[in-house]
Amino acid sequence: MAKSESEITWKDLNIGCIVTEPGNASAYRTGAWRSQRPVLDTNKCIRCGLCYIFCPEGCIKLDEKDQYFKADLYHCKGCGICAKECKPKAITMVEEEE
Amino acid sequence: MATSVTTKSQLYEVRWHGRGGQGAVTSAELVAQAAINEGKYGQAFPSFGPERRGAPVVAFVRVNQSQPIRIRAEITTPDAVVVLDPGLLQVVNVTNGLKPDGIVIVNTKKTPDQIRSEFNIIFELATVNATKIAKEILGVNIVNTTMVGALLKATGLVQIDSLIEPLRSRFGKLADKNFASMKTAFEQTVIKEKE
Amino acid sequence: MPKRVGMEVSIAVAETVGLCNADVISAYPITPQTHIVEHLAEMVANGELDAEFIPVESEHSAMSACLGSSATGARTFTATAGQGLELMHEVLYVASSMRLPIVMAVANRALSAPLSVWGDHSDVMAVRDTGWIQIFTENGQEALDNIICAFRMAEDKNVLLPVMVHIDGFYLTHMIEPMLLPDRVDVNKYLPPNDYPLPLWPEKPVAMGDFAPPVLYSEAKKAQEVAMGASKKYILQHWAEFGKQFGRNYHPVECYNCENATTFLFTMGSFSETAMTAVDELKRKGQNIGLVRIRLWRPFPYAELREALKNAETLIVLDRALSSGLGGPVCSEVKSALYGQPKMPKIANFIGGIGGRDITPEGFIEIINRGIEISHGTKENEFEFYGVRG
Repeated sequence: MAKSESEITWKDLNIGCIVTEPGNASAYRTGAWRSQRPVLDTNKCIRCGLCYIFCPEGCIKLDEKDQYFKADLYHCKGCGICAKECKPKAITMVEEEE
Repeated sequence: MATSVTTKSQLYEVRWHGRGGQGAVTSAELVAQAAINEGKYGQAFPSFGPERRGAPVVAFVRVNQSQPIRIRAEITTPDAVVVLDPGLLQVVNVTNGLKPDGIVIVNTKKTPDQIRSEFNIIFELATVNATKIAKEILGVNIVNTTMVGALLKATGLVQIDSLIEPLRSRFGKLADKNFASMKTAFEQTVIKEKE
Repeated sequence: MPKRVGMEVSIAVAETVGLCNADVISAYPITPQTHIVEHLAEMVANGELDAEFIPVESEHSAMSACLGSSATGARTFTATAGQGLELMHEVLYVASSMRLPIVMAVANRALSAPLSVWGDHSDVMAVRDTGWIQIFTENGQEALDNIICAFRMAEDKNVLLPVMVHIDGFYLTHMIEPMLLPDRVDVNKYLPPNDYPLPLWPEKPVAMGDFAPPVLYSEAKKAQEVAMGASKKYILQHWAEFGKQFGRNYHPVECYNCENATTFLFTMGSFSETAMTAVDELKRKGQNIGLVRIRLWRPFPYAELREALKNAETLIVLDRALSSGLGGPVCSEVKSALYGQPKMPKIANFIGGIGGRDITPEGFIEIINRGIEISHGTKENEFEFYGVRG
C-alpha cells in the first residue's frame, strides 16, 4: 500500500473495507518481533526437515542451492521451536544483535 | 332465508368455531378466496398462536363487496358464527358479541328449536347435520367444507360456484366430493327466525 | 399480466422471492415466519425455484451463512422474527458494515419474557442501530412489493446495504387477503441480476471482514455512514421506478387525511390500516385527525417527517414496543426529529398493541381522545400504557 495506516482517509477505503490485495499480511515484517534468532550449524545438520515441519509460521524453507532448511528472517518471530525439535542440535537460538 | 349480505352493511364478518384439526381455518380461507375470485375483498385468518388438536379454536372471515378491508384485529361483533362441532356449544360462548340481527349456524343432528331451548339462543339459527353428510359423501367426519354450504345458504355471502376453484387448488382430486358435500348441506340447511 | 390472488401473505412473500430468482436462502424457522421459509423450501425442493436452501441450526448461523453467500455475489434472502432476530444480532452489524446486499423479511414478533409468539415491534426496536435499511409494510401487497424493491435497493452498486422488510407477525403473515402477484417478466424488467463489485471469487481473490485497529475504525464507520445517508436518494429512485412500472407508489412517510389537520396520530405497520378506519369514523363525526406513518424507518426520514407534521399542534404516537426505562422508542425518535422545529406539537405517547393485543378502530378512537386530553394537561409520565388492566 502506498499510504501508511494513519494517512488513509475514509474515502480511500473499499466498500466494506474489502482488501483487494489478498495475502498482503505477508508484507508485515514479523521478523521485527523477535528477540532471538535461529542459527544453523551446517556441520551438524542431517537435512531431516523436522525444523521445516514444526515451524508454526511456515518460515523455514528449503534453500534449493545448498539443500539446507533455513529460516526466513523477514518473518521469523524467534519462537525457538525449531531449535527445540532439532535432533542433532544443529540449531541454536542466539540473541538478536542491536 | 337470512337477509343476504348485499342488503346488510358493506363489511360482513363471520367467526368460525371448531376444534384444532377440524379445518376451521381452511373453511375461512376458502370463503375469503371465493370472495376475492368474485372480485370482492376478503380476509381470513386464524386466532393467532400455537394450536393443538382438539382444543377449541376460532377462525375469522371478513368480506366486503367493494372496499378494501382495513381492519386488522380479531372479529368481536360478528354478523354470523359457524359452529363446526356441536359439543362446543357447551364449552364456548359462541354467540359472544354476535350482532342482534346476527345468525348462528350449527352442525347438529338436532332441530333449531331444540338447539334454541337447550342453549338459550335467541338469535336467528340455522342447522344442518353436516356430520352425517360428510360421513356419507366424504367418508370422514370432517365437516369444514360441508359447513361452508350451510354458511352460504344462511347468508348468501358468496356464490356457491365460486368455491369450486379454491376447492380445486386446495384439495385437488378430492375437490369434487367436497363440493358435493357442500352443496348437499346448502340444500339441507334449515333456518329459523330469531325469537 | 399480474394475477389477483387470495393467499396467505407469507406464501405470497415466498412466491415473490421466487419471482426475484433468489440464489440462496438460509433460514431457521420461527413462529410467525415459518410459512415463508417452509414454502420457499418446498419451492426449491420441487424445482420451482433454482436456488440453494441451506437449513441451519440457528438464526445466528442463518445470518452467517447469508454473509458468506452474499459475499460471493449470490442473491441472498432470509427471514426471521422476534427471538430469532435477537439471536443473530451481532451478525446483523457485520452484514451492514461488510456492505452485503442481503434481504430479510422480519415477521415482527414480541420479545420474551414472558414468551410470546404474537406480533409487536419490539424485535425491530432492538435492531435500530444495526445499519440495515428498514422498510415497514402495512398490508400484503406492500409486503410483496417491497421484497422486490428491497433486492433492487440492496444490490444497487451505489447502496450495497442489507435491507429488512418488516411484516407484522400474524396480522400480516397469517392473513389471507387479496394481492396482485406480479408477472415474472415484469419483475425481471425491474430487477437486474445481482452484480456485486468485489465478490469472493478464486480467480480474483479478496479478503473480507478484516481487523481494523483504532487508527482505521473511525474512517471505516464514516465510509459506511456516508453510504447509509446516500442510500436515501436511491431508495426513492427505486420506489419511483416501481411506481412507474407497477402503479403502486411508496414513500418514506405516508399521510392519510392530513390536509387541514392539526391533530395527528402516528402509527407504523399494519395497525395503520385499522387506524385509518378510526380516522374515517371520526371524520364522519366532524373530528379531523391526520394519520402519519413512517415507512422508511432507516435511514430515518427527518425531512419528510418534519414536513408531514409541520402544522401539527397535537401529536399522538402509538408505540408497539417499549424501551424499558425510557418510554416509547418510536416516540423518542419522533421527538428528536421535531426538536428545534419552528412549531413543536404537544406529544402524547401510548404503548399499546404489544404481544399480539389487538387494537380495534374503537380502541384507536379512545387513544386519540385520551391523547388529546393528556397532551394538553400536565403529564405525570412520559407515556401511558393503553389497554392494560388494573
